[in-house]
Amino acid sequence: MKKPLIYTLMTGTLVIAMLLALAIGAVHIPLPILIELLLSKTGITKPAAGSQFETILFVVRMPRVVLSLLVGAALGISGAAVQAIFRNPLAEPGLLGISAGASLAAVFVIVLQASFFTVLGGIFGYYVIAIGALTGATLTAFLIYQLSSTNGRPQIATMLLMGIAVNALCTAVTGLITANAEESELRNITFWMLGSLSGATWELIYAIFPFVMASLILLPLQGQKLNAFVLGERQAEQLGVKTKSVKRTVIMLSTMAVGACVAVSGIVGFVGLIVPHLVRLMGGVNNRFVLPASAILGATTLCLADLLARIVTAPIEQPIGVITALIGSPVFIFILLRDKNKISS
Amino acid sequence: MLEVKEICYEVNGRKIIKNVSLFAKRGQMLAIVGANGAGKSTLLSLLNAENKPSSGVVTLDGRSMSDFDPLELAQKRATLAQSHHVNLAFSVEEIVMMGRYPHEKQQAREQDQRIVSETLRICGLKDFGERSYLQLSGGEQQRVHLARVLAQIWDQPEAVLFLDEPVAGLDMRYQQQTLAIAKALCKKGMMVIAVLHDLNLVADYADRVLMLKDGRRWKYGTPIEVLNTLDIYHVFDVETEIKINPKTLSPLVLTKPIKINHSELN
Repeated sequence: MKKPLIYTLMTGTLVIAMLLALAIGAVHIPLPILIELLLSKTGITKPAAGSQFETILFVVRMPRVVLSLLVGAALGISGAAVQAIFRNPLAEPGLLGISAGASLAAVFVIVLQASFFTVLGGIFGYYVIAIGALTGATLTAFLIYQLSSTNGRPQIATMLLMGIAVNALCTAVTGLITANAEESELRNITFWMLGSLSGATWELIYAIFPFVMASLILLPLQGQKLNAFVLGERQAEQLGVKTKSVKRTVIMLSTMAVGACVAVSGIVGFVGLIVPHLVRLMGGVNNRFVLPASAILGATTLCLADLLARIVTAPIEQPIGVITALIGSPVFIFILLRDKNKISS
Repeated sequence: MLEVKEICYEVNGRKIIKNVSLFAKRGQMLAIVGANGAGKSTLLSLLNAENKPSSGVVTLDGRSMSDFDPLELAQKRATLAQSHHVNLAFSVEEIVMMGRYPHEKQQAREQDQRIVSETLRICGLKDFGERSYLQLSGGEQQRVHLARVLAQIWDQPEAVLFLDEPVAGLDMRYQQQTLAIAKALCKKGMMVIAVLHDLNLVADYADRVLMLKDGRRWKYGTPIEVLNTLDIYHVFDVETEIKINPKTLSPLVLTKPIKINHSELN
């Protein structure tokens, strides 16, 4: 398939997913009214008379859909970039320590909050968790980066193993805190570890927007250099690629974007791992295509996954991380089986 | 001109290259020969600025290699590595096009496309452009990388080409073809420095030979000066007989088989 066609199809699917997610929920918004409301908001048509749907659309549903798009795009594009620098299709942003560090910090804050911050309460408590998680993500990513560097050059093979080790350590401490947490805290912790977009507000979106946009704009610029990485770092250097600075840029941008997302949505697994694989199946392995396409497909995936999370057992919500893993793992197994047959034939 | 002044290279306290000096001119092919572990590839990595010598200096046209910006250097020199591990299904054309990355700002895409198809053709990969790299045989994959490094310097008349065992894994035809291309590039005014094992290929194609033993320069000169029974015996511990090819007047190295008594194998 030609690239423009693939982009058109992907963008079309994204728009359909968005409209579906905006329309479906506890209260269904009929499509004509939905489109009318959207057009009037953007000033294309005259504002319609205030309808009952307006509040639901703009205050409740839209922030959630926008958040799912941002988180999905960030996870998708970071996954693709991280796989490229690690030259390993099994790499994902979590390997940089982002998820494990964020969880540890978030769980710590949740437990601490129960004892110290109760006074602060409500929405402020939510921000404390988010800030804690972002700090945790950045610290672990920085720690792994530093531990894996010799003379300031990150050694990618070491980093892979260091990531596994530091992740295991963080998970162990998280488990220790969880095991000793109280009933009410446990519910909070579980909710966070399995991911949820239910806390979406416009304020949260403004908060993570710059981090996500930075990665969406700057990572695709590295596409060509990341292609050269497939030859190995030494060969890439022979082609004039400053591998050290590329690695630093990718790791920094991914940590910022995914860290910010994890902070507001909890751990959403599997998207960063699988979306780039699907994209390569559709349109080839060139990173100039894989990076932007992973952002689009990641956004679509998370938008639909969140829709499912909201409606499968409505009015009770399911954690989005569970939905992505439930759909993602069979897809991944399918890809692996397909590749296995290709290799043996 | 590439000038090497008394370079040494040390890793973890072990000296791999000891006090090597030489110079190589454009228009000539320099072959580096020596036994396994003599430091040939390491020396090559010092000459192409992949590694920095622990002491001594390598200069290209009077400028120290370490003074070049990586991109500027990439426009002047290309290196064919000994082995490659590509694990994604890039198309052959995409891989060869990577050779044009250092030049992409200077030139139109059509020029790059033209160079890529020319190098594919000369490497016998004319109809391979759309194929997946992963589905090629080992020898074909190697030719893809040769096409890539050729594309990198194709339109740079002053370029330096480094080849690390470029013919290992290739069939007879492409062993000759690879070195013939290198030789033709020299005729165009480029410089080629190649690590080679087959002394007869060296005799046929190289203008100068550097013989390494234990990281030291053992001998340097024309093939006819360097390739003689005594030096080959000292460096490789193999007995040979040298004939002169009456047509080309280049030396012909005939190896005497080694005998191992079967009782030694128990």
